[in-house]
Amino acid sequence: MDKFTTLTGIAAPMPLVNIDTDMIIPKLFLKTIKRSGLGKNLFDEMRFDRDGNENPDFVLNQPAYRNAEIIVAGDNFGCGSSREHAPWALLDFGIRCVISTSFADIFFNNCFKNGILPVVLPAEAVNYLMDDATNGANARITVDLESQVVTASDGKTFPFEVDAFKKHCLMNGLDDIGLSLEKVSAIDAYEERAKLQYPWV
Amino acid sequence: MTAPKTLYDKIWDAHVAQEAEDGTCLLYIDRHLVHEVTSPQAFEGLRLAGRSVRAPGKTIAVPDHNVPTTEDRVKGIDNEESRIQVDALDKNAKDFGIHYYPVSDVRQGIVHIVGPEQGWTLPGMTVVCGDSHTATHGAFGSLAHGIGTSEVEHVLATQTLIQRKGKNMKVEITGKLMPGVTAKDITLAVIGKTGTAGGTGYVIEYCGEAIRALSMEGRMTVCNMAIEGGARAGLIAPDETTFAYVMGRPHAPKGAAWEAALAYWKTLYTDEGAHFDKVVTLRGEDIQPVVTWGTSPEDVLPINATVPSPDDFTGGKVEAVKRALDYMGLTPGQKLTDVKIDTVFIGSCTNGRIEDLRAAAAVLKGKKIADGVRAMVVPGSGLVRAQAEEEGLAQIFIDAGFEWRMAGCSMCLAMNPDQLAPGERCASTSNRNFEGRQGYKGRTHLLSPGMAAAAAVTGHLTDVRDFA
Ligand code: SF4
Repeated sequence: MDKFTTLTGIAAPMPLVNIDTDMIIPKLFLKTIKRSGLGKNLFDEMRFDRDGNENPDFVLNQPAYRNAEIIVAGDNFGCGSSREHAPWALLDFGIRCVISTSFADIFFNNCFKNGILPVVLPAEAVNYLMDDATNGANARITVDLESQVVTASDGKTFPFEVDAFKKHCLMNGLDDIGLSLEKVSAIDAYEERAKLQYPWV
Repeated sequence: MTAPKTLYDKIWDAHVAQEAEDGTCLLYIDRHLVHEVTSPQAFEGLRLAGRSVRAPGKTIAVPDHNVPTTEDRVKGIDNEESRIQVDALDKNAKDFGIHYYPVSDVRQGIVHIVGPEQGWTLPGMTVVCGDSHTATHGAFGSLAHGIGTSEVEHVLATQTLIQRKGKNMKVEITGKLMPGVTAKDITLAVIGKTGTAGGTGYVIEYCGEAIRALSMEGRMTVCNMAIEGGARAGLIAPDETTFAYVMGRPHAPKGAAWEAALAYWKTLYTDEGAHFDKVVTLRGEDIQPVVTWGTSPEDVLPINATVPSPDDFTGGKVEAVKRALDYMGLTPGQKLTDVKIDTVFIGSCTNGRIEDLRAAAAVLKGKKIADGVRAMVVPGSGLVRAQAEEEGLAQIFIDAGFEWRMAGCSMCLAMNPDQLAPGERCASTSNRNFEGRQGYKGRTHLLSPGMAAAAAVTGHLTDVRDFA
């Protein structure tokens, strides 16, 4: 997993609420057995018509946002299906950070496993950054994970909260499984206890 | 004396293998359910790292999302990508030695129906699956939630998850349900009230007289859609209804083990005075048969209501409603019962169990579906299908003009050939009405099995109580 420390990039505004993982990556593209290559189908049904032509109105098709690395979105981003294909598609497209007032739990967790930082900010802050993002390539937003601050293009700053463990893993690009396997004695001990207490499991 | 605990607190505490100072826990997982869509990358990860499955005996795999639901499917899957995914699961289950129910097995079906049916899901357990509707298993008083593929790999390798405890939320449904009102109406009504983000960060415990009165099938329907309310998990305390359902299932404990398990399960309830961070109460008598009109499960209204206007909403929802009405082809003020439908889908892990088929068949008995309507029943498992055939339900569906299909997810998410055409409008017993969920530009109205059957007969959304 790639580390995430700080990122300065173009932010695409997506003011829609409840952007679900079916929108982020439609099921048609879940038939893969790989993690890579999903970026070309990110937001597929919104980005393209049935014949594969680009929908010029969709934000990521507009010249200013083709290289966006950040999305500023409405409430409850990533709701619905647990598909990790959603963060895989975002990442493959080049999105490393999503800013919203709220995220669905499973999507939120999946982001951290893939080097994407989901930032939760209050509504006023998200609105401010949403406005900022409409200025396209002229408005570069900076997200600094170390100091936990988002900086708008005019220098206005917004501090955010992040779980310390998740931050540590993201900043160092750590693999959870490796970390957990180091605790194998605790898992062994639990299994011994459970065998006595809950033998039917 | 220890402080009073919620049911969630109790199950959580019983599964913490290790807790770090900051509250991050290694949570032990008792059952891991696996399907073909969210697992290939996880198994590939294991292979690349030279890791094995820590507890293959606690891991169950079944293909469901991609499988065709036509009877000739045992001859093979036409769609190459789907076939590759199912073949990969066949191989992974074999290579790693996990329990497997292949397409050719009569017990095959939707993973959330197969788990409980086979007795893999038991009260007090932690259950995970790379699928958001894992919440279904909470009906047994087990802590069950969906995970992503990286977490699937984590559970395969370590039999644990890295988790922080969520908050406690109580959803109480008091009193009794009126005739024609079902578990599906309860769960949709709750989401209509709390919104799709209302449960984010919480584990919901459903309780109250109306919940107690539900069968296991009904309880699974309620918990299934906890995720649509934003909660990772929904729980219902186990009771005699639960124990009666579990007893005798192939993987349920037997003999002395059963007695020991039962004694433990009876301690699984929320203590008097335990703290909930959020409480929502609905009166059972106030819940009506409901239907969704938009493209979010929170867009729900009683069947006798009219389509709302964007002006009825505030904030970001105004734009979302405009977009939803345009997508759904509906006009504000239109009566929901005037909305014509093209297709009826009865099935999914929300409403693909025997009780659901009984409810739909009761409405359909001796009737025919309306001209031009396409209607299909996709039982949640091969065993549900077999039982429905034995009870004569299959014949009622067939006589009414329904297609009688093999088990799988089918048109719930339309990854197999069962899909809506653009603009096609479907009365569906599934759980998501998102844009494109049941097929590109397809339009979905979520409702109960009885309501779906009634709509099939009249050709438009219909109040099932008019059929009583
Ligand atoms: S029936 Fe639908 S919701 Fe349930 S597991 Fe299958 S696709 Fe998911």
